[in-house]
Amino acid sequence: MANPTTEQHGLTEHSHGDVSKGEPVVPQSSRGDRFTSYDVDAFEVPGGREEDWRFTPLKRLNGLHNGTAAAGGSASVDVKESPEVRVERVARDDKRIGEGGVPADRVSAQAWSAFTEATVVTFPKETRTTSPTIVTVTGPGEGNAAYGHVQLRAEAFAEAVVVVDYRGSGTYADNLEIVALDGSKLTVVVVHDWADDAVHVGAHLAKLGRDATLKHTVVTIGGSLVRVSPTVTYGDKGGDAELTGLYFADADQHLEHRTFVDHAVSNCRSNVVYKGALQGEGAHTVWIGDVLIRAAAEGTNTYELNRNLVLTDGARADSVPNLEIETGEIEGAGHASATGRFDDEQLFYLQARGIPVDQARRLVVRGFFHEVLQKIDVPEVRERLEAAIEAELQAVGA
Amino acid sequence: MATLEIKDLHVSVVTDDAPKEILKGVDLTIKAGETHAIMGPNGSGKSTLSYAIAGHPKYEVTSGEILLDGEDVLGMAVDERARAGIFLAMQYPVEVPGVSMSNFLRTAATAVRGEAPQVRHWVKEVKNAMSELEIDPSFAERSVNEGFSGGEKKRHEILQLALLNPKIAILDETDSGLDVDALRVVSEGVNRFRANGESGVMLITHYTRILKHITPDFVHVFAGGRIVESGGAELAARLEDEGYVKYTGKQEAAQVS
Ligand SMILES: Nc1ncnc2c1ncn2[C@@H]1O[C@H](COP(=O)(O)OP(=O)(O)OP(=O)(O)O)[C@@H](O)[C@H]1O
Ligand SMILES: [Mg+2]
Repeated sequence: MANPTTEQHGLTEHSHGDVSKGEPVVPQSSRGDRFTSYDVDAFEVPGGREEDWRFTPLKRLNGLHNGTAAAGGSASVDVKESPEVRVERVARDDKRIGEGGVPADRVSAQAWSAFTEATVVTFPKETRTTSPTIVTVTGPGEGNAAYGHVQLRAEAFAEAVVVVDYRGSGTYADNLEIVALDGSKLTVVVVHDWADDAVHVGAHLAKLGRDATLKHTVVTIGGSLVRVSPTVTYGDKGGDAELTGLYFADADQHLEHRTFVDHAVSNCRSNVVYKGALQGEGAHTVWIGDVLIRAAAEGTNTYELNRNLVLTDGARADSVPNLEIETGEIEGAGHASATGRFDDEQLFYLQARGIPVDQARRLVVRGFFHEVLQKIDVPEVRERLEAAIEAELQAVGA
Repeated sequence: MATLEIKDLHVSVVTDDAPKEILKGVDLTIKAGETHAIMGPNGSGKSTLSYAIAGHPKYEVTSGEILLDGEDVLGMAVDERARAGIFLAMQYPVEVPGVSMSNFLRTAATAVRGEAPQVRHWVKEVKNAMSELEIDPSFAERSVNEGFSGGEKKRHEILQLALLNPKIAILDETDSGLDVDALRVVSEGVNRFRANGESGVMLITHYTRILKHITPDFVHVFAGGRIVESGGAELAARLEDEGYVKYTGKQEAAQVS
């Protein structure tokens, strides 16, 4: 069951139930063997055939992957923090930098090697912040490229909500470290609301301490090409990661999300739910969901799900769940992936109640996203997204 | 006064291979104030008839006519038919995840009535209609039909009937899967709808028990894709005793083998 399966937009459906206490399964190329390094030169320049690059149109990366991106531009990172929160601009030798994890692909390492200043946002220990902290990253502008680095840091038993909002134009690569220390509860909502020209390759490096809880949401609606790779690792028992994603791709947009949850310690939990809609010629989405349960990770409980709704012809959704299990002593593990078109029976039912077909389609799409939208507990962001989805649907009259 | 006329209707189902003819010449006229019960064996085409009237895309009308007050129904889209006054309570109501019942009902009522109902009146109207059908108010916030029991789905079909108040209601086995209490509650709902005398009802059923609550004016036997006999309420009782062998010819087949 661990063989990667690719499902395109033929009406495919597959799901796997629990495989708790099942046989360990290891695919040919284990995610656990994936090379990592802070040094860009330690990585080969990708040619497009590699497992982790085969879905990405390299030509459209504007040189982020091969070192030719002109890094003359500068992006801005502005923070509107809750009063309890500390915001620092630090150099790369700050000893906290790197606690979240190590880059696992060349662009992430490129961003690491090239950034000049990191922004560290600290949620102090045992403090519950009073309002959401908003980090706004504005791209370097059309024709320019830039690299960035942000660390979100929840100290022990801190509770905080932070929104990272990517906007503007240009080519951008960055690493977003998320360090959730023991007992902290951190909610991170990352919104990619880029302008039409933007190219963004981002890595999220999240590390959870003992009994830490991370609610991580990625929303991708804007940009020409956006590739986001959230990785979660656990430092100690009791970590709980909830990864939610929502994306909506229009004509010629390439939106790629690659989640990787690395269970290396026992008794941690993860749950991944990503949902996407696509419309228009050349709209392409990719979801790769890697989960690795290493031999030491007994008592793990994990589930991942990806659903895609293909609204028009000419759009393509790739969905590859990949679950590797190296121990039989787990609590539960499963995954499901489905890509389909509108359900004719649903549309018929709504229309049979007098609802015009356009409106029926909008109801179904809104319903489809409802599950992920309701998990976003920052009302301003949720409302903004609802409006954005509405606008997307109006655009094509879907 | 509403009249639904079905004339020599032939319908095929669109399958992966060749289309398959299911309805083979159905003639039926339903006038306001009348209730027509349709009874017939499994697979005889009763649901196909109701889907064809509602305009389900899987069913292709190859010949014949359907008229509502003289207007050509077959030329209308599914939603236009509903707005023109045709309502189908489905044998298997569809689940629509993420769309709340209350949002759905309001959207449907707005479409059918041509304007959004005033919020205050609407809330009261829905509340009353739900309590008449003994539906717990908490259902309003649940997704349309999602996780509803069979009986709960049927109650909600009748709730929609009450709120949308069509000219012609087609009830496809609304009684199936209902316990005795639910059968009474749902039948009362249908009777309230019939009471105005301005609407016609086509009631598809396998059981006479619902006909004890909802007295039909006509009973039609449906077999092999057409109406093969029509009569009054007494025909239903006879069918219950004798079954459909007389119409399907299965008895002779059984004797041969
Ligand atoms: N999509 C389809 N593909 C193939 N055959 C179909 C399809 N839909 C309906 N049929 C066939 O058409 C016939 C009539 O079906 P229909 O559902 O109308 O019967 P019914 O009279 O409502 O039966 P029941 O009493 O069991 O509800 C059946 O033989 C059924 O298998
Ligand atoms: Mg039927």
